[in-house]
This record gives sequence, structure tokens and C-alpha cells, in this order.
Amino acid sequence: MPAIGRSVRRLEDRRLLTGRGKYAADFRLPGLLHGAVLRSPHAHARLGEIRSKAALALPGVVAVVTFDDLGDVGRIPTRLGHQAGNVVCLQRPLASEKVRYVGEPVAFVVAESRYLAEDALDVMEVDYEPLPAVADARRSVEAGTPVLHDAVGGNVATTLHTRKGDATAAMAAAHVRVRERLAVQRHTGIPMETRGLTAAFDAGTGMLRLWGVAKIPHFNRRVLADLLGHPEHLIQFTELEVGGGFGVRGEFYPEDFLVPWSAKRLGRPVQWIEDRREHLMAANHSRQQYHDVEIGFDRDGRIVALVDHFMVDLGGYIRTHGVVVPELTAALLPGPYRIPHYTAEARCVLTNKTPTGTYRGPGRYEGTFVRERLMDIAARKLGVDPLELRRRNFITPDEMPYDVGGGALAQRTVYDCGDYASALDKALAALDYESARREQAEARRQGRSIGIGVGFLVEKAGLGPWEYARVEIDATGHVVVYSGVASVGQGIETTLAQVCADELNVSPEKITVVHGDSARVPFGVGGFASRGASVALPAALEAARKVRAKIFRVASTLLEAAADDLVLDDGAVHVRGVPDRRVTFRELARAAVPGPPDMEPGLYAAHFFEAPMMTYPYGCHAAVVEVDVATGTVKILKYAIAYDIGKAINPMIVEGQLVGALAQGIGGALLEELVYDEQGQLLTTTFMEYLVPTVMEMPESTEVRILEETPTPLNPLGVKGAGEGGSSGCGAAVANAVADALAPLGVSITALPLSPDRLSALIRAAGDSR
Amino acid sequence: MIERTVRVTVNGRRVEKTVEVRKTLADFLRDDLDLTGTHLGCEHGVCGACTVIVDGAAVRSCLLFAAQMDGHEIETVEGLANGETLDPLQEAFREHHGLQCGFCTPGFLMTLTCLLRECPNPSDAQVREAISGNLCRCTGYRNIVTAALTAARSRAASARP
Ligand code: FES
Ligand code: FES
Repeated sequence: MPAIGRSVRRLEDRRLLTGRGKYAADFRLPGLLHGAVLRSPHAHARLGEIRSKAALALPGVVAVVTFDDLGDVGRIPTRLGHQAGNVVCLQRPLASEKVRYVGEPVAFVVAESRYLAEDALDVMEVDYEPLPAVADARRSVEAGTPVLHDAVGGNVATTLHTRKGDATAAMAAAHVRVRERLAVQRHTGIPMETRGLTAAFDAGTGMLRLWGVAKIPHFNRRVLADLLGHPEHLIQFTELEVGGGFGVRGEFYPEDFLVPWSAKRLGRPVQWIEDRREHLMAANHSRQQYHDVEIGFDRDGRIVALVDHFMVDLGGYIRTHGVVVPELTAALLPGPYRIPHYTAEARCVLTNKTPTGTYRGPGRYEGTFVRERLMDIAARKLGVDPLELRRRNFITPDEMPYDVGGGALAQRTVYDCGDYASALDKALAALDYESARREQAEARRQGRSIGIGVGFLVEKAGLGPWEYARVEIDATGHVVVYSGVASVGQGIETTLAQVCADELNVSPEKITVVHGDSARVPFGVGGFASRGASVALPAALEAARKVRAKIFRVASTLLEAAADDLVLDDGAVHVRGVPDRRVTFRELARAAVPGPPDMEPGLYAAHFFEAPMMTYPYGCHAAVVEVDVATGTVKILKYAIAYDIGKAINPMIVEGQLVGALAQGIGGALLEELVYDEQGQLLTTTFMEYLVPTVMEMPESTEVRILEETPTPLNPLGVKGAGEGGSSGCGAAVANAVADALAPLGVSITALPLSPDRLSALIRAAGDSR
Repeated sequence: MIERTVRVTVNGRRVEKTVEVRKTLADFLRDDLDLTGTHLGCEHGVCGACTVIVDGAAVRSCLLFAAQMDGHEIETVEGLANGETLDPLQEAFREHHGLQCGFCTPGFLMTLTCLLRECPNPSDAQVREAISGNLCRCTGYRNIVTAALTAARSRAASARP
């Protein structure tokens, strides 16, 4: 039975279930020191003198590092979404002169234990001269508001423009125009494992080693080499277990410099483990956008133009993602609809809050909410059924590939393939839409507020530019796959093993996967942007194919038979019909060095898979919700997702990705918000204030349909990527369902999250105005 | 620095250690006994990642001090499997994909181990109730509930003569 397409049980699980997985905080070295970060309590302040004397006098405190100790250290560069003018807004590893958000690193204390390091933080003395702060992006752009970075000359770091056709003229000529202000709140990934890192320096060889890196080890190694002025080949990055990524973990943060810098300076290993409060104020936030969007229709309900002016709250600095999130929002805002004229203007605004980055479905969770909410509002105004309005405007399969008109990540948005109407139908069928509508009508008669909503989404996946893999059969006959991808806890080891298993005719359980180790895998891009399946797997597949060819080449020499007469079975090759004339992988691997004269020695091969274009998975979320009008509480009664990913390598893992992403989507729709007061103080610094969904908030029933209707032509497996679509449509579907439930009360839903307090305020306000 | 000597049984093994009184049970297990399977997700009692079993009850080891544990019996995730053989609950998590990154998993396993001892045949609602104090950011919980119900059934089946 082929391994591809089968729900192979995960190779990772055994060690994780028995407590043997080693995460960042589980790593130990002899003589290990522990760091703690002193963070700014002010949102905006001039930084004065930092006095470390009392801290250094405490027992067990080894060092206190401040900006002045770092010498001429550079700023942390962008990885994506670079804009030349934004360099002045990039963050340095420690604050100098000014602090710009609560939680900004001001000093790094190193001590014999974490307890002692935290004791030392308590006695650090810092002079701050508080400055007026701005915590609301909408206020940040007004004249006279405090400016964060003088060199920018204001708080708008960049304005991005997208333009297709002439939207102004088309809008003016539209039969019906619908304009709304829609907003998505600040929230973020919140992996259950906080960040953490260990570094050790060997003064003898000059080797600097880091453990606990994630996501993009090869890229970050280069960044560290540049910032430290240390040769790249003398830095080794090793990934440990990764307790969730979601876009947040693995970017280069200030601490990723401070830990290795201190280890090198002190000549002793240093470990830093973030606590939850720190994580909530220090790791990237995401998602906060304000849209002022207008859509125009012709007489037949066909979209003629879309115009969106939106604002993105970047926080106090620009981090590694640059302005890629608003770029992605603009690139995919048109979604599945044929929109002849489109403009978007994105203002990227600085505020005195934690800097931002990507979170699962970045830019799309926001944009999908905006577009799909707008479609429902427009359908009402047009007097057309919202599903019918969508169907009328879908791009059809024969229009593919379809150029949307914008672009992101240095490529134009060109949909590769898709049958959107079919995905809508599948989601509705999974929800049992017709009976849901009947039940809704019945419930309404009983005075219950039940609503049904859909959110259609087009995702992007498989960001290149390339990925590396090397497949090897070692001298003991074991198959090893080395991949440049990184784990984010999704099960990439298993799927990598699966694609190689079929080529080499061994069971995936017998394959070892190595990734996230710069010493053992020389090249790599990493684990983000749903690129594991569509970029890393094809690389491994092609490498395995090359090894397969070498196996036959060596075997035919050893067995003195033509390659066509050979059969590859479990870990060996034999002559067809003569099972005794057989050589094992072990023998082949040894014979392959140097091997036949016309073959590159060794039973291994590498492959760089290039992916110049992204692929665009798509799907539909559909929700049935009940709103308790008295308390503003939303209960999700039933949920359905239909998602086309071209080809599922491991359906069990794909479904796990979709349901897991859905939980995060629900968090964003109903609960999660990073709340600041007007002075820029973060009010949500524990899990008591920042509410992550528990099992109780999950839908009573969830139906998932993995569609394989349109395999992508962009890679040999046809796979698109499954990491993000379970989130991106959720804010939209839940909001539309809640709006549907409350339509009789005249409540208008234009912002997330739909938390009980916000929703009951809206319900009260609607009651007052009636 | 005030210290105490504690004598505890951990996964059936007796240990005696001198600990600083402010050291949490979680740090004691992780740092003094090298049992790093117990994870810390919040250190303020909400996420449940640090759940261990003390004298038969599921508790949050980030909220207890090691010094309070003198004379008590502690079970951690490292004690569940029998050598290389997973226990039925662990096996069910693997079979039903009840974990992704695995960081929350030890806490869920300990919470559910406790539930299944007290209530060998729980309903769906009872399982949900039991794990409502454990956060998982990866799975959406559905497969965890399925795994727990399956483990209960397989325990019942193997207990039958
Ligand atoms: S670490 Fe103990 S409850 Fe979160
Ligand atoms: S499996 Fe990752 S947090 Fe639960």
C-alpha cells in the first residue's frame, strides 16, 4: 500500500507521549547560566541611566548587559516585506535612548539560576523620562500626536498601493455601492511553549552553538553571524522539539542576539526561557487592522469595483516581517471573486505597542473577514441571497490561471487552479445547510437567536523560493532524509518519510528524518507559510527518486543484471523471479563508494526544489451559532470546513491542521484580544485576561471535508498546503452567522472579537435605538 | 536561602532531596529530578501543561512548592509507559492524533489518567469537563476527546475476563 495519501501514524508521537521530547527549556549543559530580561514598564520614555550595581552585588549574579555593552550593534533586519525607508524603524537587541513599548528589552541579567536572575531584575534601577504615548493607530496618524521614530517624521512608516483597472471610475458608475468600516483586533499565535534558547561558545575552536532555534534556522544563523561579526561557518543552529509555531516562534527577536552574545562574552553556556507574561508582551502581536472598504455592483449583482483604504497597527518597531502582513491582505482581499477594478491603500502605522508579525493565515484572516462580511452586508442591501451573490461572482475553473491584479512577497497573485462553487457546495452539504435553515426558522419561533454564516477563503501556500533535501542510505542500510524545512509541531517528519517511503519501497516508520540542524543540513529555508507540503516534500521526493536510480545502478553492477530486471523490495533489491539473487541496502550503500565509474559516489542525492510561484488553496467555512441575547454569549452549534489542498499526503495530519487552526480562528472570532489602555499599558498579561479557547468553546460538532478536486500543476505531488485555511475563514463565518442571528434585532456586526461584553453592548445599543 | 529536606515518592521511586523553600514542584521535578516531561506553559495555574498526580489527584505543579510535598506520592508522564510499551491512553493519543506539537500533552495525559481512574467509563461531556482546564493550541481538542473515550473503552475491554 503506498504511504502517500495514507493516515500514517506520526513518527514524532512516541517520544512526545512519554515525556522524552526535549523542548527549549529541557535542554541542559554543565555550568549552564540563566538569563532574564529587564523590560520597559513604560510605553514611551526617554531612557536615562541604568544602574546595575545592586544587581551585580547579589549572590549568583554573573553579568548585567545593557546597550552600551553591545558596542556598535546593528538593527535586526527584515526577512520579508522589506521597504528601504523602514530601516530606521527596525529594532535593536536592547533599547538605546528611548523605549517605545511596554516590554521592550532594556537589560539582560545573567545568573547561576533563573530564580537568582529574577531576583536581580527586582533591584535594577533605571531612569526613565516618560513621554506621551499613542496606543491607537487611528489616533497615531493625526497631527500633533507623539512621534515614535523622529527619522520617519510621523507615524506612518509606509503606505502600500495596489491597483487594477480604474476603480474610481468603475465605482462611480456602479448601480449599487456598499461602504463599511470593519476592524480586526490585535491578537496572536500564543504557542503553548513560550520561546527559549540556549547558547554555548567554545573559545578553543571559536564554535558558537545554539539550541532551541526554530522555523528558519539557516536564515537566522546568517543574521546572527552579521550582527555578531562572527563567521557563519562557526555558528551551529540546532532545533529541539517545537511547542507550536503559528508564525510567532522562530523569527529573529532581540533575545536571539542577547543569549549567544552573552554566552560568547562570558565563555559559559547561557539559557533564556521566556515566561508567559513576557511572551504576551514581547513576542510578535498580529492582526490589528482598520478597513474603510467599498464595493460596487452592476444591475445584475456582479462586482464592478472594490476600493479599500486600510490601516495596520505595526506597534513600536518594524520587525522581521516588515510590512508583509498588509501586503498579503491587499494581495488576497479580492478572494474568489472576479473583480475587474480594484484598488487598495494600506497605511502601516507605528504605535507604542508590541511590534507585530505574522500569525497563521496572516493578512488573510483579516482580509477574509472584511470581504466576506462585506458580501453579506451587500447581499442584504441588494436583496439577494448571500450564497447566490457569491456564486454569481466566483471566478470559474476555466478562467484559471487567474491574475488577481495585485501581488505580495515579490510575486503577482496568480491563482493556479480552483473550483470555488464546488467548495461552497461541499461546505454547505457538510453543514446540512437546508435543514440548518429549517431549524433556524423553528428556533426563531421559540425566541432563540440562531444564525448561519459562511466565509469563503482563498489562501496562499508554498512560498519558495526553494527548499533543499538530501536522501541517504547509510552504511547500515538505514534511510535518512535531511530536509531544510523546520518543524513547527505539525508532523513534518512523518510526511517527509511518507513521500520517500514510496520511492524507496520501505515503510515510513523505518525512515529517519533530520531537520533544523545547520551542521547536518547545509541549506534550508524553513517551516512557515504552509510551505512544508508543497515545497519541502517535492524536494525530498526528487532526492529520493535520484537515490532510487542510484540503487538500481549499483545493484545492477553487483547482481550483473539489467536494471529492468531488478525489483526493489523492503530494504533490498533482487533479480525478478530469483529472490536469492539479492543485495541489501547495507551492501549497496557500501558498494556505492566509490561505486560504478559513471556514478557520483555514495548512495545519496540532494535536490533543490524551486517554487517560483505560490499555490492558492481555497475553501469555505460555514457555521451555525446561537447567541444568548441576555449575556452576549455565542455558542457554535455546528461548523463545517471544506478545503481544497490539491492532494493530502496524510489526511489525518491535514484534518488535525484544519481543526487545530479552527480553534485558533474561533479564539480570534470570539475571545482573544491583546488589550491596551490609552497610555499603552498592556492589560492582558496572563491567561486570565488573554482568553485562549478551551474545549468548551469548540463547536458541538465539526465536519471537515478535505477536497482534492484541483491538484496544483506547480509541483509533482499536486499538493498545496494545509496549515492555514482552518483559521482564515473563521472570523468571517462566525461573524456572518452572529450577524444573521441578530439581524431581527437590528444589530450590525463590523468588528471582531464578538466577545460577550462587546456583543451585549451592541445588542443593548440596538435596543436603545429602536 | 531557606531550605528543607523532602522525602517523596516519584513514579514509585523514593527520593530525598534538599530544596530551597521557594522552589515550585514543577521546577523540582524538572531541575532536581530531571523529569522534564512536565512542562510549563504559564506558571500561573491556567494552562494545565504542568499537571501531575499527587496522592491520586491531578494538580498543577506550578502552583505547589516542592517543600510541601514531603511524604507525598507523585506521578508524572514519565511513569505512564511500561518500558517501551505505551499505556492505553498514550496509545489512543497516537492512534487518534491527539497531539501535534506535544507540549500540552503530558498535562492532558495526567488529567485524563486521573479521570479514567475515578470514572472508567466517562461520557463525552465528562471528558470535556475534565479537560476544560487544560489548554491546547494545536489540536482543537477534538482528537483528544476521541482518544480519551477510546482509551476508556479499551481499558474496559482489557479488564473484562
Ligand atoms: S504551567 Fe501550571 S498551569 Fe500553566
Ligand atoms: S499539541 Fe501543541 S499545544 Fe497541544
